[in-house]
Amino acid sequence: MSGPPPELLRGKGLSLKDVTVSFDGFKALDNLSLTIEPGELRCIIGPNGAGKTTMMDVITGKTKPDRGSVRFGADLDLLQLSEKEIVDLGIGRKFQKPTVFEHLSVFENLELALWGDKSVWRMLVARLTRSERAHIDDVLELTGLQDHRSSPARQLSHGQKQWLEIGMLVIQEPELLLVDEPVAGMTPQEIERTAELLRSLRAEHSLIVVEHDMDFVRSIARRVTVLHEGRVLAEGDMDQVQNDPRVIEVYLGS
Amino acid sequence: MSGFARQVRDLLARDRGGVVLLLLIVIAAIVSVVLNQAVAPSSALHLSTYWLTLIGKYLCYAILALAIDLVWGYCGILTLGHAAFFALGGYAMGMYLMRQIGTRGVYGDPILPDFMVFLNWTRLPWFWYGFNHFWFAMAMVIAVPSLLAFVFGWFAFRSRVTGVYLSIMTQALTYALMLAFFRNDMGFGGNNGFTDFKDILGFDLHNDGTRVVLLVVTAFVLAASYITSRAIVESRAGRVVRAIRDAEDRTRFLGYRTESYKVWLFVFSAALAAIAGALYVPQAGIINPSEFAPINSIEAVIWVAVGGRGTLFGAAIGAVLVNYAKTYFTGAFPEVWLYALGALFIMVTLFLPKGLVGVVSMIRRKTPSFDGASDSTVPAASELGVSRGSGVK
Repeated sequence: MSGPPPELLRGKGLSLKDVTVSFDGFKALDNLSLTIEPGELRCIIGPNGAGKTTMMDVITGKTKPDRGSVRFGADLDLLQLSEKEIVDLGIGRKFQKPTVFEHLSVFENLELALWGDKSVWRMLVARLTRSERAHIDDVLELTGLQDHRSSPARQLSHGQKQWLEIGMLVIQEPELLLVDEPVAGMTPQEIERTAELLRSLRAEHSLIVVEHDMDFVRSIARRVTVLHEGRVLAEGDMDQVQNDPRVIEVYLGS
Repeated sequence: MSGFARQVRDLLARDRGGVVLLLLIVIAAIVSVVLNQAVAPSSALHLSTYWLTLIGKYLCYAILALAIDLVWGYCGILTLGHAAFFALGGYAMGMYLMRQIGTRGVYGDPILPDFMVFLNWTRLPWFWYGFNHFWFAMAMVIAVPSLLAFVFGWFAFRSRVTGVYLSIMTQALTYALMLAFFRNDMGFGGNNGFTDFKDILGFDLHNDGTRVVLLVVTAFVLAASYITSRAIVESRAGRVVRAIRDAEDRTRFLGYRTESYKVWLFVFSAALAAIAGALYVPQAGIINPSEFAPINSIEAVIWVAVGGRGTLFGAAIGAVLVNYAKTYFTGAFPEVWLYALGALFIMVTLFLPKGLVGVVSMIRRKTPSFDGASDSTVPAASELGVSRGSGVK
């Protein structure tokens, strides 16, 4: 797989350095250091309790670490910012459980996620502009939901809901997308479609994907990071990582 | 065609239920006027003053139902205290009507209403000032309940009180107001409230002509309230409101200040309820603290549930139908009414979660000539209100 040319790399990079988070003495993250290049699609794997979710919480500002630094792009220190400010910077997070607005149509779900003034008075009179409409249509196409634009979201399959939610993040044009277990509970066809979707997002966005499904990880990632007990255990391409004796030990037991 | 008219037309083009409701309102108003004014009183077709008043009251209830449906059906706020705003609007109108009595009261005091003379008061309390002016009273009809709703909503929604806790607070609100208005020293006539009104804007309230005009005004306000409410729920803000109903945290995460959406919707709804109350009092001829009774608010929620929540037109139609049933039952079998009401609520919740509107659209879906109006955007009763309440966070 050859990477996209550098001029297409629009996402910003992210670097975590010596990040430590402890809860009541238990170190959820232990001097974790990790660098994501602009436009990279990085997969994070690791057994339960390895610190994957805590790492996402630190990046999105939900959890403040005891030590360490988190930098976004050249000079932004995320630890100084609130959750809302981090969202506004262009870091979007997709949670594990799909939460779309069940009683609104697919189109309306995407409309809600658009950028813009979100005050009551503005929204009472606001109409979609032509470019906003076009933007929604683009995302409908990207996520393959164009045939469902008027259906209520609750009529979508589990996989379609996940794509809609990814679409709701993408429509905000984030620089960095955090995606938590996107293919859990999906059919093989849906998994394949999701891989395609995430690959098409690469380059325009930087992506961090946390996932357990190894075949899926293999199909999308060039670089994989294995977390264990709050630290990076191994990093490299899928073959390197899978053949690493430490990784085998952690996953299969000694 | 002016921009405004075009907007209304576009709004109604997608809203068949609303068109039906507006037609029914117009027909009800025209038929009432004609049968009362143009048909001789001796004729069997003549509409008596009693029925004229009753129809006017039903229309007021329909406005109250719209107000409740806005917050309950579209935003998931199960209010059990909306009769409080209705009653406050009614009291503000009642104060104006009391001051119009002037020297025609039993005690003939030009300034003080009878109950104040009876309590040996010598001066008009400060909060009665200005109510001799119609415009001032109308401003207060809107301002006082809106302010109360704003303060209540500000504290409740900002503290993220939801579900059953919020419903209980609204009940407490109306109950507290009822107790307060029962007290003589509040200055609102104690348990007798206000009655024996003489005229409004110089027109005799005992005259059928005045009552016909009041009914037509009520019908007009109902139609305008419907169109305004529909415009709100069809706006982008309306979609945010429905998103809040479905998943408030998620909506907040998208960057919407959900509490301000809830506060403003609640204030608008309270103002609507207050206007309904203000139109109700001159037609009913009385306002007293029993209007604040918690059961009144609960009954109003039942109207909405019976008609079909989250549809607006269903709520208005439900209000009229349930109140017609109430009129019939309390006349024919007075002791049965409360049981009938309770049974109705249970039946609707169990078997007609989408109310009568749900039944109609079910029948229409089975008839291929109709293009099955979508009720899919309306959640069932079990998904709303108490059962979904996540409590104080």
